[in-house]
Amino acid sequence: MITRNYVVASLVGLAVVVAASSFQKPQDSNKVKVRLCDGETTTEVAASETKTQAGGQAIANKLMAAWLAKHPGRWKMPAQGNKAQQDPDAIIEKRHKIMPPYDNSALLGKGQSEGDTYGNFTKRDLMIWERETKKMVVHGARVFHNAKLLGSTISVSCDMCHPDASNTHPETYPKYQTQIGKAVLLRDMINWCLEHPVRAKPMAEDDPRLRAMEAYIYAQRKGKVLQYNRH
Amino acid sequence: MVHKSIETKYMEARDNVLRSLVNCDRRTFLKVSAAAAAAAATAGVAFPHSFQPVTVTDTDENGKSNEVFRFAYISDSHLYDKQINDRFVRSLLRAVDDVNELDPQPDFVFYGGDLAQLGAASELELGAEILKNVKAPLKMMVGEHDWYLDLGQKWRELFGDDRYSWEHKGVKFVVLNSVIEDDFWTARGMSPQERMGTVAGLDNGIQSRFKVGEAQRQWLSSQLESVPNDKPLVVFSHSPLYKYYENWNFWTDDADEVQAILKRFDKVTVIHGHTHQLLTNRIGNIYFHGMLSTAWPWPYAPQGLPELTVQMNRPDPFNSQDGCGMGQVRVHDDGLVDKVYDLWNRNPVTVSREYMKSFGKTDKPKSANRSSY
Repeated sequence: MITRNYVVASLVGLAVVVAASSFQKPQDSNKVKVRLCDGETTTEVAASETKTQAGGQAIANKLMAAWLAKHPGRWKMPAQGNKAQQDPDAIIEKRHKIMPPYDNSALLGKGQSEGDTYGNFTKRDLMIWERETKKMVVHGARVFHNAKLLGSTISVSCDMCHPDASNTHPETYPKYQTQIGKAVLLRDMINWCLEHPVRAKPMAEDDPRLRAMEAYIYAQRKGKVLQYNRH
Repeated sequence: MVHKSIETKYMEARDNVLRSLVNCDRRTFLKVSAAAAAAAATAGVAFPHSFQPVTVTDTDENGKSNEVFRFAYISDSHLYDKQINDRFVRSLLRAVDDVNELDPQPDFVFYGGDLAQLGAASELELGAEILKNVKAPLKMMVGEHDWYLDLGQKWRELFGDDRYSWEHKGVKFVVLNSVIEDDFWTARGMSPQERMGTVAGLDNGIQSRFKVGEAQRQWLSSQLESVPNDKPLVVFSHSPLYKYYENWNFWTDDADEVQAILKRFDKVTVIHGHTHQLLTNRIGNIYFHGMLSTAWPWPYAPQGLPELTVQMNRPDPFNSQDGCGMGQVRVHDDGLVDKVYDLWNRNPVTVSREYMKSFGKTDKPKSANRSSY
């Protein structure tokens, strides 16, 4: 369900991109012809129309609707209106009550010292930091709660013992684990859990799923004091 | 070489010992079990409950036994199909072995709900098949994992009513279905599988809260109508009949209304599943006890933990089945109960009636060395 919505969302996104690059002048010079990425479906818009995001979305929707009429049942259009219902990341964020990230708005308008190449921090900077970080955290929550994505052979996922990433105590690493016989990091314990209670293959250290899970676990323990070696 | 999981190795060792016990009398049994314990200790394996000597009589401070009867419980086994997950199946088998080895046998065995993980007919049938081996009479309660695929159809077909009451040796027992949720699925266009999957996630905030519901509260009142105030009452509910932690549904939304119905009785014990941990609470004359899970322990919630609860030890992830187990309830002639948590791989913990009666002033259970983070 989620995957399908995601594909539709990106398809609509693609239509907008393609639409933007396939503007053609039709015979009526007051109108612009826009073509969908299938190379066939087209629509016309007034040349004078102001180019806004909403306008672009409307064009994309119109093209997709025309395409769907030709290919009934191929895609399910996402429900309009409630944005949270369409965005799979927003669904995960709401469902698993992801901790809000640190608010950097105090930095707005400030930057490095005068004369540096990097100037003031803008709203756009803050938005990018938050959006990209959250994307990683949300993906971690997705993997954490999904036995299939974890590769469990017995349908066990992390949340079954650690709801809201409780009792994961990332703030206590590194620490010596007698049973493993060395000092370990959080990711080593995640991999231990994958092998034993979850009965999955351990993940490579640069596996995006492992990195995302680390991100989610740290995010949910926001505000905890770092106490490495705590047992 | 075939890779064997920790549990496979453990169960093989256990089977060997059990096989050697066939046809041996009690004296030899104790010898063998001591030998097995020593062997296990050398191998770094914890002492499983099944081999522990069983206390036959229980005496009070005057040396006089006043225990009227006892029953055992098993709860929250969360079975998938056998081919998918053998671990949870083995844990339930272990619990059944353990209650069958209790000596003397309990008057009955109570099952606390969440027999299945995703409410599938095959999961419930597997559970029913295993529970058939329980020697004592079996009483069943429903949990949300049994319910939200077909809204209880299969469960009722296998086990009967989801709410009922009976009387046993002067005690009134009532079983409730406390996992009724308001419809969150229709508006979202969810399939039965999606509905079940949502409810199955403890930290899935999209679902509604548990409740007993108006209709069942009326039924409860009618069941208790002719019961005098001084009759001991034991109520079973899957979720705790109070408000502990809303986000994980460690919670019953109409708990206050249910408590109001129970308030007039002198001695009320509520025993619940769902929380997979040692959990103790008292509200007026109502004493609340949790049940252990056979499948996995839940951490204590970040807030709302009742003051009377002495936390169980933080489960050791390296110790398979740690924090899990079964247990017993000893009912005394004063109508109060001792609640025994038979933690596998640990010493059993008893939350006594004296502890409850004195609001935690006397007979406090031993505190955990390491509580939750």
